[in-house]
Amino acid sequence: MGQYIFKMPDIGEGVTEAEITEWHVKVGDKVEEDDPVCDAMTDKATVELTAPASGVVTSVGCAAGEIMAIGGDLIIFETDGNVESPIPTPIKMEAPKAEKPKPKPAPKLKPKAAPAPVTTSAPSSKPLASPAVRRRAEDQDIDLSLVPASGKSGQITHADLDTYSKGGGSGLQKLAGSTEIKVTGMRRIIAQRMSESKRRIPHFSYVETIDMTQIERTRVHLNSIRVDHRPKLTLMPFVMRAIVKAVKLWPQCNATFDDDANGGSGVITQHSPVHIGMAAQTPGGLMVPVVRHAEALDIWQLAVEIARIGEAAKTGSIAPAELSGSTISLTSLGKLAGIMATPVINRPEVAILCPNKIVDTPVIENGQMVVRKMMNFSTSFDHRVVDGFHAAEMVAYIKGLLEHPATLFLD
Amino acid sequence: MAEHFTCDVLVVGSGPGGYVAAIRAGQLGLDTILVEDGRLGGTCLIRGCIPSKALIEAAEKFEQAAINASGKSEIGLVAEKPKLDFAKTIAWKDGITDKLSSGVAGLLKSASVRVISGWAVFENAKTCTVGDHKITATSVILATGSKSVELGGLPFSKNGDGPVISSTEALDLTEIPKKLAVVGAGYIGMELGIAYRKIGSDVTFIEAEKTILPGFDKQLSAPVSKWLRDHKVSVQTGSFTKSVSSKGAKHTLAYTDKNGTEAKLVCDKILITVGRRPNTEGWGLENMAVDMNGAFVKIDDKCQTAMRGVYAIGDLVGEPMLAHKASAQGEMVAEIIAGKRRTFTPAAIPAVCFSDPEIVSVGMTPANAKTAGLETVEGKFHWAANGRALTNGTADGGGFVRITARKDTGLILGIQAVGKHVSELSGEFVLAIEMNATLQDMAGTIHAHPTLSEATMEAALSALGHPLHSV
Repeated sequence: MGQYIFKMPDIGEGVTEAEITEWHVKVGDKVEEDDPVCDAMTDKATVELTAPASGVVTSVGCAAGEIMAIGGDLIIFETDGNVESPIPTPIKMEAPKAEKPKPKPAPKLKPKAAPAPVTTSAPSSKPLASPAVRRRAEDQDIDLSLVPASGKSGQITHADLDTYSKGGGSGLQKLAGSTEIKVTGMRRIIAQRMSESKRRIPHFSYVETIDMTQIERTRVHLNSIRVDHRPKLTLMPFVMRAIVKAVKLWPQCNATFDDDANGGSGVITQHSPVHIGMAAQTPGGLMVPVVRHAEALDIWQLAVEIARIGEAAKTGSIAPAELSGSTISLTSLGKLAGIMATPVINRPEVAILCPNKIVDTPVIENGQMVVRKMMNFSTSFDHRVVDGFHAAEMVAYIKGLLEHPATLFLD
Repeated sequence: MAEHFTCDVLVVGSGPGGYVAAIRAGQLGLDTILVEDGRLGGTCLIRGCIPSKALIEAAEKFEQAAINASGKSEIGLVAEKPKLDFAKTIAWKDGITDKLSSGVAGLLKSASVRVISGWAVFENAKTCTVGDHKITATSVILATGSKSVELGGLPFSKNGDGPVISSTEALDLTEIPKKLAVVGAGYIGMELGIAYRKIGSDVTFIEAEKTILPGFDKQLSAPVSKWLRDHKVSVQTGSFTKSVSSKGAKHTLAYTDKNGTEAKLVCDKILITVGRRPNTEGWGLENMAVDMNGAFVKIDDKCQTAMRGVYAIGDLVGEPMLAHKASAQGEMVAEIIAGKRRTFTPAAIPAVCFSDPEIVSVGMTPANAKTAGLETVEGKFHWAANGRALTNGTADGGGFVRITARKDTGLILGIQAVGKHVSELSGEFVLAIEMNATLQDMAGTIHAHPTLSEATMEAALSALGHPLHSV
């Protein structure tokens, strides 16, 4: 009589342990070689382990539901002959091919999904339908997985297909599919720059409410007395004027930060000229044409320049030089404008400002409710360069300028 | 004279995949050329399915006659000892393949397919040469099939006159080998080995796996094992062949048995049936920029390769390497080229082994269903309780029909059977699965009495828990 220790075989694919989900034998059972002894489940597969030798089971390594380590004593058999317990070797999940002679028989482990010469779709994973229904669906380009099934075992009938192609009565249909778009050209540049900005710059956003009643009145008045050679004024020239005045006092906001320079510590460059980038939606995507030397342009010149570069960007006639070199940016969604935004800084700049929508709002003034034209003013700053306190101070200053239009034009 | 042909569709290979693809393409009005180096019909018609069935049938009839002569006929037939004119048997078989091959030629002609005889060699994905001719096609269907795998140490004899042969030569022997070694007890080896046993060969199987017919489960192969035992066929499982040595007409096969012991077997012929591999060499496949999937050509569910407009079907693209799969793919690809929307998504592909008894497997086995995590019920009906089986010998072999179905809906997932003549039941099995039949559908369908098909209905009743003719 001999003893044969069946060690937990290596199921492969780096698995170190397996759960014995079910025993097919118990202590005292007489087992023939190749009889199934237990089911072992890993995170990859469930396999049926079969007896490597014939004999009587004298002990089993664990209870059902317990984890066995690879190489652990799974079953001890009492055998008739002197069958030696082999060292477990890794097992391939495919059935070995009978092409080459092998010195030793492989351990007795068979994958449960035996490669029978039959292919079957798992009926649970595919919509059930007869061949004729499947063919009709193919002809009509209908994805059967979207068609509600009325069959008793969940199969799709011809009638289901009729109902579906008529829109299921409601005219509404589920849709399938998706479109992959390779990111190239301008979209790729936008994507790269946006992620670089967000990845490198610790943004903080700050929003203030500004009473635009006065400045709107001024703007409308100026437009009403406009002479022909002068452009129509939008709000933008006034905001730019406010920015020019503000960054004189807070020069850290009209700056660029080269965070790679100086051995990675970075260099901040504060700029005297105020080149204002104007984020603009164009047919190709987002562009930022630049109003150069805004500090040297009066309100009318600013309006002309804003209109010119905006149009040039939209038609694609803008020169590359007019798309670079900005020191601070302004973004506005025009008529949409929204109630607030968290704009993304146009790297390597350190500040971006965003006037939102002007809304007639009830405001309490001297104990009276009055209607004022209120506007949120959203901003984002590079917190490495601009402290929150200074940003808030500057936004408060801009608020003061826009609420008291005369101060925009006084030194 | 060298010519340059152009066409809509070029089909390479005229097996059950290629010729069906060509016929369908022709029917759909596509200008189609079929190139074949050998005879029309490919492996299936010329050296596979059909000739082997002829041999199996002849062997079965001879064995019955021998039983009658032995006085052991239960029916009471008494006859003289039969004699087999083997040359005539082979000629009869050849007559059948000739008939089918010329039938294929007729079908191709009526579908207006041009057949060019010769070996195609592709210089790029859409252009090949055949001898002096050049063919340029808009779409190409590759259907080059497969060939028998050779074993190291046991190369096939040239011209088939040596001891080591493949299934091709086994179907064309001039005399019955007295001692036949069959290496590989899969379905091809089993079919031929059993046939030769019936006509008098002393047959030994050498199989590397632990069991015969590794593609089928133990319940299904057990009746075949019993037949082999009853007919004194030696089966060496877990054994590996090493070499063959010859002294005159005497050949000795050396192998290692399951205990690792060196063993020897003297035999007249050694039939190697260890599998088939796709024909991917010698015709310029490497110039076509298609992707491979192991040894096979990689395709998607439309049989499209990585190269636009090049399709591949049948044994060339992988398991199951079965004629009916190739035909279904060929028909589909022709329709796709003609602009129809098609995908190859069969619910099941039947597999049949023409052993004695025969085995059919369609869809999931109980083990497959368990692996897929499905809760199932199983029903089985043995031939011993079927009237027709008792009268035609099917009941003798110990076979059955087995149905596996979903427990919740009764949806039939798979049907298998083992027994004489059961290959003819495969149509109902696969139709049931394709039509999403439930156990109730099968049980509620009146099956003709007395026929073997009643067993399928009874197996369904058994799965439902109320069989009528078993307990």
